[in-house]
Amino acid sequence: MTPRIFVPGDAAAVAVGADDVATAITSEAARRGVPVQIVRNGSRGVFELETLVEIETTTGRVGYGPIYPDDVGSLMDGGFLLGSAHPKRIGRPESLPFLARQTRLTFARCGLTDPFSLDDYRANGGLTGLEKALRMGPSQIVATIKASGLRGRGGAGFPAGIKWESVRAAANPRKYVVCNADEGDSGTFADRMLLEGDPFLLIEGMIIAGLATGAAEGFIYVRSEYPHAVVAIRKAVDIARASGLLGASAAGGVFPFDIEVRVGAGAYVCGEETALLESLEGKRGQVRAKPPLPAHAGLFGRPTLVNNVLTLAAAPFILAEGADAYASLGFGRSRGTLPVQIAGDVRNGGLFETPFGMTLAELVDDVGGGTLSGRAVRAVQVGGPLGAYFPRALFDTPLDYEAFAAKEGLIGHGGVVVFNDTVDMGQQARFALEFCAVESCGKCTPCRIGSVRGVETLDRILAGDRPEANLAVLNDLCETMALGSLCALGGLTPYPVRSALKHFAEDFGAAPHARADVPQDRSWRQ
Amino acid sequence: MAPVNEIDFGTPPSLSEDMVDVVIDGQTISVPAGTSILRAAQTIGAAIPKLCATDSLQAFGSCRLCLVEVEGRAGAPASCTTPVAPGMVVRTQTAQLSKLRRGVMELYISDHPLDCLTCAANGDCELQDMAGAVGLRDVRYGYEGENHLDLPCDESNPYFAFDPSKCIVCSRCVRACDEVQGTFALTVRDRGFSSQVTASQSESFLESECVSCGACVQACPTAALTEKAVIAIGQPARYVVTTCAYCGVGCTFKAEMRGEDLVRMVPYKEGKANRGHSCVKGRFAWGYATHKERILNPMIRGSIQEPWREVSWSEAIAYAASEFKRIQGKYGRGAVGGITSSRCTNEETYLVQKMVRAAFRNNNVDTCARVCHSPTGYGLKTTLGTSAGTQDFDSVRQCDVMVVIGANPTDGHPVFASRMKQRLRQGAKLIVIDPRRIDLVRAPHVEAVHHLPLRPGTNVAVLTAMAHVIVTEGLVDESFVHARCELDAFEFWAEFVSRPENSPEATQAYTGVDANELRAAARLYATGGAAAIYYGLGVTEHSQGSTAVMAIANLAMATGNLGKPGCGVNPLRGQNNVQGACDMGSFPHEVSGYRHISDDATRAVFEELWGVELDAEPGLRIPNMLDAAVEGDFKGLYVQGEDILQSDPNTRHVAAGLAAMECVVVHDLFLNETATYAHVFLPGSTFLEKDGTFTNAERRIQRVRKVMAPRNGYADWEITQLLANALGCPMNYGHPSEIMREISAVTPTFEGVTYERLDELGSVQWPCDAAAPEGTPVMHVDGFVRGKGKFVVTEYVPTEEKIGPRFPLLLTTGRILSQYNVGAQTRRTANVAWHHEDVLEIHPHDAEDRGIRDGDWVKLNSRAGATTLRARITDRVAPGVVYTTFHHPGTQANVVTTEHSDWATNCPEYKVTAVQVARSNGPSDWQTDYVLKARRSRSVAPVEPAE
Repeated sequence: MTPRIFVPGDAAAVAVGADDVATAITSEAARRGVPVQIVRNGSRGVFELETLVEIETTTGRVGYGPIYPDDVGSLMDGGFLLGSAHPKRIGRPESLPFLARQTRLTFARCGLTDPFSLDDYRANGGLTGLEKALRMGPSQIVATIKASGLRGRGGAGFPAGIKWESVRAAANPRKYVVCNADEGDSGTFADRMLLEGDPFLLIEGMIIAGLATGAAEGFIYVRSEYPHAVVAIRKAVDIARASGLLGASAAGGVFPFDIEVRVGAGAYVCGEETALLESLEGKRGQVRAKPPLPAHAGLFGRPTLVNNVLTLAAAPFILAEGADAYASLGFGRSRGTLPVQIAGDVRNGGLFETPFGMTLAELVDDVGGGTLSGRAVRAVQVGGPLGAYFPRALFDTPLDYEAFAAKEGLIGHGGVVVFNDTVDMGQQARFALEFCAVESCGKCTPCRIGSVRGVETLDRILAGDRPEANLAVLNDLCETMALGSLCALGGLTPYPVRSALKHFAEDFGAAPHARADVPQDRSWRQ
Repeated sequence: MAPVNEIDFGTPPSLSEDMVDVVIDGQTISVPAGTSILRAAQTIGAAIPKLCATDSLQAFGSCRLCLVEVEGRAGAPASCTTPVAPGMVVRTQTAQLSKLRRGVMELYISDHPLDCLTCAANGDCELQDMAGAVGLRDVRYGYEGENHLDLPCDESNPYFAFDPSKCIVCSRCVRACDEVQGTFALTVRDRGFSSQVTASQSESFLESECVSCGACVQACPTAALTEKAVIAIGQPARYVVTTCAYCGVGCTFKAEMRGEDLVRMVPYKEGKANRGHSCVKGRFAWGYATHKERILNPMIRGSIQEPWREVSWSEAIAYAASEFKRIQGKYGRGAVGGITSSRCTNEETYLVQKMVRAAFRNNNVDTCARVCHSPTGYGLKTTLGTSAGTQDFDSVRQCDVMVVIGANPTDGHPVFASRMKQRLRQGAKLIVIDPRRIDLVRAPHVEAVHHLPLRPGTNVAVLTAMAHVIVTEGLVDESFVHARCELDAFEFWAEFVSRPENSPEATQAYTGVDANELRAAARLYATGGAAAIYYGLGVTEHSQGSTAVMAIANLAMATGNLGKPGCGVNPLRGQNNVQGACDMGSFPHEVSGYRHISDDATRAVFEELWGVELDAEPGLRIPNMLDAAVEGDFKGLYVQGEDILQSDPNTRHVAAGLAAMECVVVHDLFLNETATYAHVFLPGSTFLEKDGTFTNAERRIQRVRKVMAPRNGYADWEITQLLANALGCPMNYGHPSEIMREISAVTPTFEGVTYERLDELGSVQWPCDAAAPEGTPVMHVDGFVRGKGKFVVTEYVPTEEKIGPRFPLLLTTGRILSQYNVGAQTRRTANVAWHHEDVLEIHPHDAEDRGIRDGDWVKLNSRAGATTLRARITDRVAPGVVYTTFHHPGTQANVVTTEHSDWATNCPEYKVTAVQVARSNGPSDWQTDYVLKARRSRSVAPVEPAE
């Protein structure tokens, strides 16, 4: 049998040369006359090891990493096709502590299988959830989702079952399922990894959602900055349609459900569900006021279920294994697992799926292994650019929506960015406002004008211009933005600003840190 | 009359019948479910600060001033986007909310010019009001930050300016353009702080798709969009509610005044025809009232070769009266006549026909409805029993299927078109039957399900083919027909339409309409829910105009689409008071209320009141008058507010008729084309200068209120009264309300109409009598006016106007948004910015055959005459069809149109003329001659210096 070699096709692996590695293996094998079969799998999410090449042996998979094209010759010499020893041999990938500590429900197959093989998908537990769902009625599916305690993974943490129920109950012959794959938070990549590494899981989740809500059409809205993911999910949708999983008689002839992939145009705010719907309708990505909720009047005014990739991708497991299997994991009202994305100055960056409840300290110090630079950790931002900056004093906070909220922070989409002690928190606060100014849709006043005035005011504070008076203005502005903004972009921007002011007050003093290593870039608007 | 200031409730009313109790600031209030908190609060006088909300637009939620606190809910929801819920407890004023609102205002003002004292909106600026309302005292951000203060002002539109430095990006203008007008010309470009309102693809307003309806200007809460008149004159100080004098929609306006100056016209929210909307004509094009060409002094001349001589009113009136008396003495009682104006008030029209009948003592009175909707009167009276549309405009809100035939509402009836588009965007289906691809066929978020581009002149065949489908496919509403219509006539008709020669397949050969498409359209009309037919002059102005109207009534009866909201037969009337002019007895055979002059009992009512004996024989119609004049039997004519030379067909024949008369009295604002042949010119008054009533296309009688003194000295009704008195027919009305009192006394359908009731209700739709004291929005509810509805067989008889080798193309005519009728008014306004000449639309194939390029001068030739104009190459018209407008006297499109007319009413066949088109070097001889002649005939002799 021709040995199967796994070389990730994931964009993160490609970014560090995975394509070249795959080419090198092919040509080296050809040169040596050795037949090989290369599988472009997803990423395991252990980024320090990318490109992580795996070889299928009789005793299981053996990994080598990080592999560069130059390593291929020595790998071949060393007989890696048989899983032989090599300085870069890491043994069974599953045994890596970073992977072994995880509870992979959503990412169970990611990195393991061929993302475009439905057989592979089925052989590894795929479609079991859909099969069970097909034997249930819509109400029973929704009840299962409700019982699982699954909450929206896009950031707001709204109970998914209630949303599904609202759409199911809406009286309208035409409904939609919309998958929000506009993953724009800094330091996040879980959606992308899943779209590239296990796209059928999302498709299965959307079919289940269609069954449950009575929708016959699904849309996946992917950000344009994810070209590899766009190609991957389109390819997977085509395969699913060709196989009868999607189409006029989807799920093997049971009901009509099809999916269309649409690509955004580079606006962070289109990750906000109503702006996303506007964009899907072909309009400028501008936030809608709620009510009406999308569940009642969403895409083209029809009842619409808008869920994040991870929310929809959690459904197949819940249906397959039962609500209890999911609900038994977690912490407080945060049930199940969260695919955490660890990034920044951290030794072990990557995708880490774990039940809720792990503390920030465990995540950063134990799992993440501290900073890559070796410097002290000064702050961690959880939840993307709108998340709060937590100092070490708050590292005992468990991963839990309520626990984070109690400390004026948020979990968001599960992005964790680690900053070392060179960080200038004044600049980070400024960045938050600048980000808001650049990405604001411009509809509501607090966000449109407030973000710009915020940057200007913060610049005055950092320049030592009447810092006390200007801090009062900034605090008032944060209140106006937090309570007055139309959506979470303006509403949450005060989180990073206030947390920086509160926990790192020394960075906003009359005499700001003169840091040679931090560029004092003021040209924030082009 | 100065009604109280209109209250802005912030969001539109909820139409729900379920009531919800909420507590707002401690006060319990019951409001319809779905009402916003903002609106609910306003109804108890709790005005919540707001900027992006206004009750003509859906809630948007962008300004964040209207935030409130709701017990049990986190944060501060916007009251405009949050509907009330049972038991909700709302607080609109708390310390927290005050701080938030001040915070928002502080942001707004940090990017706004501080020039309130010199700003055109000073005193009428919601931003200014809100800064005061929230108690903003300080802008701590300073004014040195990023801002938009240096953006250039767009002054391209003749009527309003856009100053982006004063824009607060509330999107009210954008939403008004989308939701109210339906043009979608405006947008916000870029995002965040760079967000900027822009017209089309960052074009100037004038160059953009903007139709200058002004909804954006009206919606703007600041001085970003301001009428240039306000900039020039200043803020108005008072206003008078009145009715627009342009098309038959009958929009209600507030004429906003500053002293004697009209500053601006603002559509009145309570106006039941327009519901707060307007078009470019009604809102902006009133400058003709003060145009330098307006004639303010009476003039006479002995012959049309002489220059005009300005005279006193008494001399002019005495001269005209003596001439009419002389002519009657010499040529007989029937040698004179009068023409009433569809642009004047009901009262004025009534007086003119009274003068003709009681002073001239004949029935030679006619009106311009002769050339537009006379077939409507005939056709609907025959089938349904009344000469008017069956519905109110509001009915369109419940319409499921609209059929638009021979009408171009976005140009001709733009405000109603906006209401149609609102309904179409909600999902109503549209069928367009028109030779031309009118804008409604495909507009932003509106698309016709079926467009049947028929050959001009084949309306009857197409409508009968639709009936064929409905009858033969079993789509007739049998229970309606059995209960409401004459069965014999129905069966006779059903047999007729079922004949194979009336099938879509058989008629396709000459109508040019695809049979399958026609069948689908007929099915949709018959089965799509409440279906309404809206039609215009494209139906009536044909040799079979009356037949087509009856064919429309047949379709509505057969499908049960009468007597309930959302359906009906709806003529879109051309002029502001064409319905009223007809109602008032302007036709030679009918007195007011469409009662025949030969009816002794009817005549007796008038004879007793007027103290004269009336002629029982119907008089002459306009074309008959002209024919008689050419033959030498008709010698004197009084024409009030109509330019028959330009608007009536076969211009050269009209000219010959007028030239043959001995006394033509033109009573008008301007020396129009007809005045070229006049001997007496009586200067008229504008709608701003008089009291009265207009009746719009939905039979709605509305008040016209005087906002300024007549610049010519008299209101038109006073002038007619002077002439009547001089003719020996006493009239002593002190005010138009007294004329209306007489009208209601002698006209059963107007029995309950008084100025008091009009003031009280705003408007009334006739019939208004004891049975319907507040008027009748929808007619024929329980039965037809004539008793049982009557189906009439509508055999298609092709017009004699046929194409052939000499004249291979068919010309059809119409109008354009910015111009009105013969253009006498609109050509004397800045509306010429959009349409300064009539052009000929021609299909690319026909143009190529003739070597015509876009913009070329072309000669348009018919049997009747020729004219020259520029060509516009477009596939809006089908091959074989050409199209033009008749707004400009320099073009004289009616030189080309023929003498063919409707068999029943003589309504001219404007819509079908066989023509040839060829490249040309310039104006035709006729045009050159005419220009010289018109210039000469307009000369006024210099006033001799006083000795």
